[in-house]
Amino acid sequence: MAFDKMELRDIEVWDGNFAAAQALRQCQVDVVSAYPITPSTPIVEGYAKFKSDNYIEGEFVMVESEHAAMSGCIGAAAAGGRVATATSSQGLALMSETLYQASGMRLPIVLNLVNRALAAPLNVNGDHSDMYMVRDSGWIQFDAFSPQEAYDLNFIAFKVSEDHDIRLPAIVNQDGFMTSHTAQGVHTMDDDTAFNFVGTYKPMNDMLDFENPVTHGVQTEEDWHFEHKARQHNDLMTKVGPKIDETFEAFAKITGRKYNQVESYDMEDAEVAVLCMGTSVETAREVASEMREKGIKAGVVGLRVLRPFPFMEVREALKNVKAVASLDRSSPNGAAGAIFNEVCTAMYAADNRPLMSGYIYGLGGRDLTKSHLVGLYNELDANVKAGKVTTQLQQFIGVRGPELAYL
Amino acid sequence: MANKGWDEFEIGAMLRTFDGSIDNIAGTRQEDRKYTENSSYTASVADWRLIKPVFNKDYCIDCQFCWIYCPDVSIISRDKKLVGVDMDHCKGCGICVEVCPTNPKSLLMYSEQEDEESVIANWPKKDEGEA
Repeated sequence: MAFDKMELRDIEVWDGNFAAAQALRQCQVDVVSAYPITPSTPIVEGYAKFKSDNYIEGEFVMVESEHAAMSGCIGAAAAGGRVATATSSQGLALMSETLYQASGMRLPIVLNLVNRALAAPLNVNGDHSDMYMVRDSGWIQFDAFSPQEAYDLNFIAFKVSEDHDIRLPAIVNQDGFMTSHTAQGVHTMDDDTAFNFVGTYKPMNDMLDFENPVTHGVQTEEDWHFEHKARQHNDLMTKVGPKIDETFEAFAKITGRKYNQVESYDMEDAEVAVLCMGTSVETAREVASEMREKGIKAGVVGLRVLRPFPFMEVREALKNVKAVASLDRSSPNGAAGAIFNEVCTAMYAADNRPLMSGYIYGLGGRDLTKSHLVGLYNELDANVKAGKVTTQLQQFIGVRGPELAYL
Repeated sequence: MANKGWDEFEIGAMLRTFDGSIDNIAGTRQEDRKYTENSSYTASVADWRLIKPVFNKDYCIDCQFCWIYCPDVSIISRDKKLVGVDMDHCKGCGICVEVCPTNPKSLLMYSEQEDEESVIANWPKKDEGEA
């Protein structure tokens, strides 16, 4: 091979960005087309340095905008290469048109999305507005709660995305700053083990196959558009989930780290549960343990996969719980929170229908503190005792002024 | 396209131009290529055209300008001789007429309904005033 391998310690102290950059290096991506933006900048910066230092055999394309970054990825993916990029917030917003092109064209691309609020007011800190903005774009969406998971989920994302039964692009989310810039111990794989897990890229209908010319990005009107979209939705609803499970299993075999579409903590006997994403999961777990010492049977459900939404897995996780709070870190701007909606859908036809409430929190990087969560669990406990939701269905946590509640 | 179900086509917004694999496509004439029904070669867009080019071979010097400039590959040339216009794909832009260097021109634009034989019988004479 024309590039050098890197010696890694078993545990390295990496932040989420560097962990993602290392994963991209180990996957030996053919083309990274990128336009750096805070807080995801160090991913492509780190990757570019690996490239300059001869740790990568591939192309790094600096483009003029995020729209061009994803367009470059689409061209490279259609041409038959392993492709990745990274962005955040406004960058994703500019990229959003092309995200639909990528998924509709069934091109496997891995996008590291370091979650950040959307302006206005301008804000560089972490919330899930960008993640939510593209939730209907047909991409698979994973969520990392820590740098370790940002590293691991990149390998899993390539493996799922590039599978010929799947062929859908995947986003690996991590919280801006809280994960992306917070260094923690990360268990590594050596270069060969890591690369062998994802394997050599297998092209499908690639444009560089000159003996079998194909046209990518074709137009279909009312005669065929619906069938293409139906097929994409069908594959997301029926094929992607099992493939993710299979890939989680395979990953556990080589690393010992087992992921699940829905991560359950202390849910076996939990009466009240908080369901959330990102770094909040860790805080909630700590508070849940403390609540148990106070006699409240608290549990936590972390969403590892946002799309396709793991309805059955959520239903399974919540099958014994009496009250559940769904936490949305994005302003729904005139509706119920997205996760609250999905969880309600998951539980509507379930045998057990827990008391369900939704909370909006943490916008623009506002901390979700332990005391917020203590209050939340106490509220859920009060709901259980009253046998009904005692508050309005949608509340805000941690915002100034009189309490905000709707529905 | 055959009436297939939603899960019976190849995934992705992609279409194949040819049936099976190809070899030496540059050396194969269009009429000899195995285009699929997805290729625009088999589709007529003649109804996009309001005016049409008429070719008068009496004045043509086979310079191939029209063949090179046609944006839709609609000038049919064989062995470097212009033999006609592909009227299924010509959109009537008139570029072939603009670039034709002969006097009088060997290609002129006429209304779609004009009869070709009578147009050629009444073709303009050489413009003596032209340099």
